[in-house]
Amino acid sequence: MKITKELILHIAELSHLKLKEDEIEKFQIELNQILEYVDNLNEIDTSSIEPLSHPLPIVNVFREDRVEKSITREEALKNAPEATDEFFKVPKVI
Amino acid sequence: MIVEKVENYLKRIQDKKHLNAFLEVFSEESIQRANQLEKKIHNGESVGKLCGTVVAVKDNIAIKDKKLTCGSKILENFTSLYNATVIEKLLAEDAIIIGKTNLDEFAMGSSNENSAFGIVKNPYDEKRVPGGSSGGSAVAVASEMCDVALGSDTGGSIRQPAAFCGVYGLKPTYGRVSRFGLVAFASSFDCIGLIARDSISLAKTLNVISGYDLKDSTSSNQKVPEYDSIIQNLPKDNITFGVPVEFFNDGLQSDIKNKIFEIIEFLKSNSFQILEISLPHIKYSIADYYLLTTAEASSNLSRYDGVKYGSRIELPQSIKDLYTQTRDEYFGNEVKRRIMLGTFVLSAGYYDAYYLKAQKVRRLIQNDFIDAFNKVDFIISPTTPTTAFKIGEKTDNPLSMYLSDIYTTSANLAGLPAINIPIGFDSNKLPIGMQLMANFFKEDLLLQMSYFIENNFNKNKLGN
Repeated sequence: MKITKELILHIAELSHLKLKEDEIEKFQIELNQILEYVDNLNEIDTSSIEPLSHPLPIVNVFREDRVEKSITREEALKNAPEATDEFFKVPKVI
Repeated sequence: MIVEKVENYLKRIQDKKHLNAFLEVFSEESIQRANQLEKKIHNGESVGKLCGTVVAVKDNIAIKDKKLTCGSKILENFTSLYNATVIEKLLAEDAIIIGKTNLDEFAMGSSNENSAFGIVKNPYDEKRVPGGSSGGSAVAVASEMCDVALGSDTGGSIRQPAAFCGVYGLKPTYGRVSRFGLVAFASSFDCIGLIARDSISLAKTLNVISGYDLKDSTSSNQKVPEYDSIIQNLPKDNITFGVPVEFFNDGLQSDIKNKIFEIIEFLKSNSFQILEISLPHIKYSIADYYLLTTAEASSNLSRYDGVKYGSRIELPQSIKDLYTQTRDEYFGNEVKRRIMLGTFVLSAGYYDAYYLKAQKVRRLIQNDFIDAFNKVDFIISPTTPTTAFKIGEKTDNPLSMYLSDIYTTSANLAGLPAINIPIGFDSNKLPIGMQLMANFFKEDLLLQMSYFIENNFNKNKLGN
């Protein structure tokens, strides 16, 4: 597996990262090095192995559908880089 | 007495400011709280289990109305709206929180060189790294700036800096401690844990922070033992240590290897059994770890987009520019590299070959440990392949940096508890750490053995 510049640009797009030219070059080299290293996983036959997504058995946790105390609108907007009294503010979308 | 202790710690923090262990210090508040606690004691009121214990908190754990930067420019001005569950529990038992400690950005790193707010220096040699990502917490404990520090451990981020700084560091079983209020890096790996100068402090604090939490559905409802009151009750009979052959290869620094063999001899002379074991898939753990944690991280970190909180670039032309330029501008290099790798392994066309494959290998690694713990009570290994390396030594080569976690990532892949115990020094007088792993929820056994080694091996050998 070789990561091309086009693939780096595609991954950056999916990652919502507007990379600079030097970053594109650097990440292409580094990601290729890392993928070369992880390639040894292919030595293992995993055809009959179930994937493990979580280290311990987990169960769904249910609770009553009851409104509980949560943060106020004012608090929710407190950390926003830009906000009105009621809303988060972003550049025009439509 | 408590006030005096807090004042002494604050003075140490001030005197050793150049180590850059703290991002924020709560000087007035901690003295005020110490005064209140002294008054409580004076008035004969009942006090909590951690009354007067001074705690430093890694800055990826939420404290209400305090900054929560995660060592990142993207959260530079973020203030937490609530307390993490561990903070609620510490405060309820009358602990004093003295400040927030420095870390690698979003806990991604093994040297603390990835903090957006400056490197942290190793107190044993200021030209060297303290380890990471809980580097600030390890230095705060090693340099006597607090009694105990909270850290987080996703692949060794408590144990590795504890080893580099000569202190005790415990990563509990996954789910032992609530993650509510810990900023997510890789959710199926992340654990909050502890760093301290002795085993008993770890035990006392673990006692308080452990347990099921409604706010973290992955927290465990396993009973919490009284870790501190049973720390001296080490069962001496039929205890077996497994020594994995794979852990003693060429990459291991020779004086670390010798020290571990010295400990093994000490254990034998104390009638513990030693058994050579094999963990056949362990050599894949670093590769597996980086594929899975970057995948989880790329998803977790998608929330930083400059809309609801965090930094935002000025005058974006469009909503898309707002997202993509903000993320490029305010995330550091390592974070971006991991988001890219994680996005790649999850992307259409590559998911099966990388992410799913890695999840299958994760099961094989966990199975190796399940088999091993059918035969042994502990697995003994070094914590790190080398002692603290020089600042800048590994920054140009991400892979060589990743390899410094070679002994630690497997505990997180499997979900097992593990501890770093300081056991001596190398020829450069840098601390050497050894790691013990135990079966799921056997923190009590880990702490008992740590206490035993501390009081029988370390007291004789280190002369402390």
